[in-house]
Amino acid sequence: MLSTYTYPEFPYRRSDGQARGQTLRHAVVVVGAGPIGLTAALALAARGVSVVVLDDNNTVSIGSRAVCYAKRPLEIWDRLGVGEGIAGRGIRWQVGKVFFHDDLVYRFDLLPEAGHKMPAMINLQQYHLEETLVQACHAHERVDLRWKHRLLSLQQEADHALLTVETPDGVFRMEADWVLACDGANSDTRRMVGAGFVGQHFQDRFLIADVVMKAAFPTERWFWFDPPFHRGQSVLLHKQCDDVWRIDFQLGWDADPEEEKKPERVLPRIRAMLGPDADFDLEWVSVYQFACRRIDRFRHGRVLFAGDAAHQVSPFGARGANTGVQDTDNLAWKLALVLQGRAPEALLDSYHDERAYAADDNLRASTRSTDFITPKSTTSRVLRDAVLELAAQEPFARQLVNSGRLSTPTPYLESALNTPADEAFAGAMAPGTPCADAAVEVDGRPRWLLELLGQGFVLLSFGPAALPAVAVGDVEARVLEVGRHLLDRAGDLGRRYDGQPGTVLLIRPDQHVAARWRRFDPSAIEAALRRCLALA
Amino acid sequence: MKLIHTPHIDDADGFYEELVAAQRDMDDAQASRWLAKLVLLLANHVGDREVLAEAIALARANTLREPG
Repeated sequence: MLSTYTYPEFPYRRSDGQARGQTLRHAVVVVGAGPIGLTAALALAARGVSVVVLDDNNTVSIGSRAVCYAKRPLEIWDRLGVGEGIAGRGIRWQVGKVFFHDDLVYRFDLLPEAGHKMPAMINLQQYHLEETLVQACHAHERVDLRWKHRLLSLQQEADHALLTVETPDGVFRMEADWVLACDGANSDTRRMVGAGFVGQHFQDRFLIADVVMKAAFPTERWFWFDPPFHRGQSVLLHKQCDDVWRIDFQLGWDADPEEEKKPERVLPRIRAMLGPDADFDLEWVSVYQFACRRIDRFRHGRVLFAGDAAHQVSPFGARGANTGVQDTDNLAWKLALVLQGRAPEALLDSYHDERAYAADDNLRASTRSTDFITPKSTTSRVLRDAVLELAAQEPFARQLVNSGRLSTPTPYLESALNTPADEAFAGAMAPGTPCADAAVEVDGRPRWLLELLGQGFVLLSFGPAALPAVAVGDVEARVLEVGRHLLDRAGDLGRRYDGQPGTVLLIRPDQHVAARWRRFDPSAIEAALRRCLALA
Repeated sequence: MKLIHTPHIDDADGFYEELVAAQRDMDDAQASRWLAKLVLLLANHVGDREVLAEAIALARANTLREPG
């Protein structure tokens, strides 16, 4: 059915371990080569860790699936060398419109602030994203991406896990110091370790249709509540690249998923929406229902969970893949330091603390959107419709319209890795917060702050630093001094970080703020770095 | 406790008359939407989350005949 995309077929290769009948030990085995597993592999490899990735298939995601990618994951991918390609290929958008019946009731603008390298949001088919990530993994000497490798069972030992894997050549075994399970919402790995995965199931079904057309719709997110062409339900329209449009029809709980996938059922729905003369091709169709669930613990012994394997959200707000990428970013530096013997295993406990906190934040936002889109009682529908009718003329009601709150990163405000500030600060960069980007200048050339922060600990100093770096053991936080290593000509950096002269921020390898001070105090910095390495 | 529990409306009888009269010509569906809009408008006017939370809890407890 797909006319705009040809699925690549990646080659299966028998591994050395299987060929020789040896059980080899690996530092990290990632299970699942979706967007999260591939990103995790690149993130670990970038930190010097060799990774084996297992995938039971040999191609990319079938159908467009995840569509919207937010600024924070784009910044993470940029650090891994693939962000510019992904952002360049995607469709940039910033305006969203909400309709009730025939009327436009609300228009929002993501209003991307100037002075950030990455856009607020792009739309891109998941298969394009995965293909880019696969290419980067294939090109990386420390990533061993193995297709047609299915994990059959997993056994936890004291200091490793024993994996039984099936390939076209039969069954073999491998060992891993750490296993990273990125095998999706129906994770087999989660079942193998007996992890709990509970939450709320929603009694609703949605039809996703990818349609190819040359349409005059602007590049905006359009959301309809109860439109004339699809009575009593909601509809979402998103543009992707290659003239592919995503249309998402709410169907209700009684819909028959098999029947609704048939073209004779799908085509009339699309014609009702686009008009009888619309010229389009149906490219991909799927019917789904969803749940909002979270794993009990992100770490079970030697197995760590990321992405949908750890948390499943509703699609409204683009919080699935976007959150999963941030899981890997949180984990990669911690796991690399632990594997290299430079930080204690206790550091990995903060992975659960921080990402479960973020997952709960996402689940809350996602559940709220779902409850607005699909009211669960007559009275909640009355309230919802009252909000929508008021919103057209009353500005106060627009803040209550919830067709999905778009993904933004969760600050780890309660993390044990943070050192609370003793002095007063303005601006958003409290300990735990992801670093805001800013346009800066280096050697007369324009650069971006996030590029300069790089992959390690950094002391961003708004005044002369007493030392070039502060170290704990062999973990070093190098100084990046404003006015010396970079210039803040536009002033955005100083404003966003409340960079009064003398201010110093300790920034983590995943570019979250860990601590901030008004003066460069090496012993305070050392204590904060120790705390951030779970040594305190 | 921030919610006002003591009489606070000027011309209480006049207010109640106006409240009832406003939905006299509406059908039930319109009347419930009208009531919902009234709640939303007043909630926005109050703004204070603590007051709103107390009012929501009190109305619920009173309806379910739980100790408020």
